[in-house]
Amino acid sequence: MLSMRGISKVYRTEMVQTHALRELDLSVRAGELLAVTGPSGSGKTTLLNIAGLLEEFSAGQYQLDGVDVNGLSDDARSRLRNQKIGFIFQSFNLIPDLNLFDNVDVPLRYRGLPRAERKHRIERALERVGLASRMKHYPAELSGGQQQRAAIARAVAGEPPLLLADEPTGNLDSQMAREVLEILEQLNAQGATVVIVTHDPEIAARAHRNVHIVDGVATDLEPAPVLIRGSERQLDPNFAA
Amino acid sequence: MRFFYYLDLARRSFARHRVLTALMIVAIALGIGTSMTTLTVLYLLSGDPLPGKSERTFYVQLDAGGKEGFRPGEEPNLQLSRYDAEGLLRARHAPRQALMTGGNGAIDPKRAGVDPFYADVRYTSADFFPMFDVPFARGGPWTAQEDEAHARVAVISKELAEKLFDGGDGVGRSVRLDGHELAIVGVLEYWRPTPHFYDLFTGDYGESEQIFLPFSTSRDLELERSGNIDCWDEAGLTSTAVNAPCAWIQFWVQLESPAEAAAYRDYLVSYSEEQQRNGRFMRPPNVRLRSVMEWLDFRRVVPSDVRLQAWLAFAFLAVCLLNTVGLLLAKFLRRSAEIGVRRALGASRRAIFTQFLVEAGCVGLIGGVLGLGLAWLGLYAVRQQPVDYAPLARLDPTMLATTFVIALVSSLLAGLLPAWRAARIVPALQLKSQ
Repeated sequence: MLSMRGISKVYRTEMVQTHALRELDLSVRAGELLAVTGPSGSGKTTLLNIAGLLEEFSAGQYQLDGVDVNGLSDDARSRLRNQKIGFIFQSFNLIPDLNLFDNVDVPLRYRGLPRAERKHRIERALERVGLASRMKHYPAELSGGQQQRAAIARAVAGEPPLLLADEPTGNLDSQMAREVLEILEQLNAQGATVVIVTHDPEIAARAHRNVHIVDGVATDLEPAPVLIRGSERQLDPNFAA
Repeated sequence: MRFFYYLDLARRSFARHRVLTALMIVAIALGIGTSMTTLTVLYLLSGDPLPGKSERTFYVQLDAGGKEGFRPGEEPNLQLSRYDAEGLLRARHAPRQALMTGGNGAIDPKRAGVDPFYADVRYTSADFFPMFDVPFARGGPWTAQEDEAHARVAVISKELAEKLFDGGDGVGRSVRLDGHELAIVGVLEYWRPTPHFYDLFTGDYGESEQIFLPFSTSRDLELERSGNIDCWDEAGLTSTAVNAPCAWIQFWVQLESPAEAAAYRDYLVSYSEEQQRNGRFMRPPNVRLRSVMEWLDFRRVVPSDVRLQAWLAFAFLAVCLLNTVGLLLAKFLRRSAEIGVRRALGASRRAIFTQFLVEAGCVGLIGGVLGLGLAWLGLYAVRQQPVDYAPLARLDPTMLATTFVIALVSSLLAGLLPAWRAARIVPALQLKSQ
């Protein structure tokens, strides 16, 4: 699904050069649930941004679902991002002017889908995260957990094969965090490749594989066994679909 | 359609930032309103009064002045003497030519309940009507033979026909001017060339005359003339006599090609040489042959303060647009977070650029509509001014369309930089910094 070879990222200012990533190699197989861990400032988010085609890299090779992204135009990168990747952010990043229906509609609009199909996909995505009854609500009217679920609905509405999540539970309490994590696991079980940048040991433990980044260098780790309290999964009944 | 999506997003953005949006719309409306008011006045005053023919219609000048005060190369007399005008008319060296001067006289309506009144009159010759494309409602012009025969004929305006004959057809009837009966051979459609190009000596933007009659007839009847007169000698004659050393007649010719114009100019030079040989002209040949627009330019018909006002108004529009650029920048960059999210979800830079340009265009269109209202008010204010062009200050369809084009183009120009900046926002930074 994702193959990076010798990826480097250098931020240059007039005074200093900062190496965010140093010749990083990373492969993620289709259907994998990967956790990217590491201390703050280690390059986790930079890796995610490069993986999500939101940032250019300074050197290396990157193939996304078989497409070499080197030298792609902005239009082509945007199209690829729209079709292949769903983003989930720590701060949810819903657009406050738009209700949930319209928020989930955003990536579908850029894909140019017909109205009826967009409507069908939006309703199905919101049903999957248990927010079908809140389509007309605005983000400010929802709890943090609900906002993150709406953000997940937005990420999956276009059915991208790859989900990139940056600290998706960082702003949630433990109950809501667990719900979100379970949704992500469910999506992974249904075939989505999921890459999660996280500080949360519980997520790291539940991932198939961990990649630990320190000073821009990645190391593969086996997931450490972590005691999960109250690990009975309490999925929203709607989500089973 | 993505365009309608962007329109909807613009609507939502306006609803969310009402005050900022209102400020931008008012800025554009003020700029558009002011510039369209002055531009409309300038356009009306500097328009081509003879579209399609002005390049082929020429004003003739000869230097018939006396020796006194002569400086070589200076501008010849602005009008012709009667001797020269009648001579050029008789010579018929151009496909069409007409001499003319203004006048006025008392009209006796011969109708109960309508008092006699004064009307503006034009004394001219037969080609005046076809040369200036004067539209007729009934009848037609008199003929060159009637000019030569000093016929008692007249063409009258539609307004005068309605006044004299209560809406009836005046052709075949007569009008009494200063006690003389003139047979009406034609009634004009409404005709008001702007400016009053064929005679700038009786007002630049006045109404057209109500009665037209042969110049030859007007001299027989000794009708009163008006306008400038320039005499350079004391010959003991009345100033309007054939041989009087006075210039008071306008002379226009229609020439179909540059070659014809060159030939006619040569003819004017040889005519001047002949007059010099005969002792009539004291000065070497010095002729001018200016097309309609060249003549209007030369006479500086458009008041200089109107040009200055137009420049100032466009400078004001530029200031308003700069303000709008600033406000748009502030508005768009405040939405960096949204832009970051949209980019992450698949919007290309071009899509973001278009979205924000559509929003700027909407501001321009709304500002344009409001500006149109302000221009309408501005022109109303102009119409209250004591200037001869005041009644003309109205929006016509061309200026209406121009207003919208200027509003849209200006706001799109104002939106270019902010939309470009919005499209250049780095999404990664925005997504993490929320």
